[in-house]
Amino acid sequence: MAWAALAVNWLLRPKRPQVGDQRETYECGLKTQGPTWVQFRIGYFLYALIFLLFDVETIFLYPWAVKFQVLGLFAFIEMLIFIGILILGLWYAWKEGGLEWL
Amino acid sequence: MLDALLSSWGLPLWAVTTIRALVYLLGVLAFVFLNAIYLIYLERKISAYMQQRLGPNRVGPRGIFQSVADAIKLLCKEDIIPREADKWVFLVAPIVIFIPAIMVYAIIPFGPGMIAADLNIGVFYFLAVASTTTIAILMGGWAGNNKYSLLGAMRTVAQMVSYEIPLVFSILGVVMLVGSLKTSDIVAAQKEIWFILLQPVAFLIYFIAATAEVNRGPFDLVEGEQEIIAGPFTEFTAMRYALFYLSEYTNLLSVSALAVTLFLGGWQGPWLPPWLWFIIKVYIMILLFMWVRWTFPRIRIDHLLQFNWKFLLPLSLVNILGTGIGIKVYQALMTGGW
Repeated sequence: MAWAALAVNWLLRPKRPQVGDQRETYECGLKTQGPTWVQFRIGYFLYALIFLLFDVETIFLYPWAVKFQVLGLFAFIEMLIFIGILILGLWYAWKEGGLEWL
Repeated sequence: MLDALLSSWGLPLWAVTTIRALVYLLGVLAFVFLNAIYLIYLERKISAYMQQRLGPNRVGPRGIFQSVADAIKLLCKEDIIPREADKWVFLVAPIVIFIPAIMVYAIIPFGPGMIAADLNIGVFYFLAVASTTTIAILMGGWAGNNKYSLLGAMRTVAQMVSYEIPLVFSILGVVMLVGSLKTSDIVAAQKEIWFILLQPVAFLIYFIAATAEVNRGPFDLVEGEQEIIAGPFTEFTAMRYALFYLSEYTNLLSVSALAVTLFLGGWQGPWLPPWLWFIIKVYIMILLFMWVRWTFPRIRIDHLLQFNWKFLLPLSLVNILGTGIGIKVYQALMTGGW
């Protein structure tokens, strides 16, 4: 579908060579300065790490939630311990300032 | 129904399956495109009325064909690839964002039996497919070789991955109540009581997180017109830009549809036909999203992330805990044992 839309666009659009500044990067009329693909701040990486942690947790939580009503109290308490460990991790990250926007 | 009709024509099984898949695909595509195009018009009109403007009012009665005119205009536009762009990533990004936007509709039950693929991991499939949008936005931001694009993309990725966790956890409460990930089961389980009444906190978390996931105001840092032009979409022109734009509204429609399925009883309702109920509920959700978008100012990225990690995430964990205890107590009361 997306290909089809692009193909129609290709058929209909004017085909003249793009000259001069038309193919420059658009930054409000000014010429762009320096390289764009630079190293980004570490803050993003920290969030990515915490995200990864919790995303893996969700994979464990879903099967548990599906079978929750069938499983006994034991599974519930076990999951409480599991979540508790993760909360401990979150609390640590919080304390260490990992959640602050640097 | 369709299966029986096709088999009565004496077609082999593989042909029946293929034709059924194609029919579903066409149906979903027609539904999605018509709605997305109408939603663009609706959004502009609603925002206009909220700001005491008229909005589009030239093309057709009350400007209703404005989006169609826009689409035709975008189809006839030049396709500019910046000289310094990462060309292949640039070419692929609009397609990568569009495919998951359509794919998620496979598990949305539009009515009894009106579901393209009733997967037994339905909700999980939705989350998995929807989360790949992040990659497309990062690709778009990277490829343009524009600093504002990259900045916008980085922020968006931080935002989307962060808000995905409360989103997933809020759905978990519903899954615990139903004991199934099948969307048809979830709708069927809400025959007597909608889950918005049993899981009000989860609904609230879902609503906030979904707003952030589809990058709408007050979380529209991806675009942030006043500071980073149009974020990752800045360098895209013509149909490539249109695909980004369309997928944004397709995503809005899909998260609303999922909200209706999970919390608002799906297609269930008295008197009216089920599919009509479904569409009415979806539009109520969408209007809610639009109302929020045009009411609140955009929030800052550090506030955004702190709100997520320090408030929404603990709240959603507490919600899971509360749901678990609630279910166990209920079971204990009903059966007199664990």
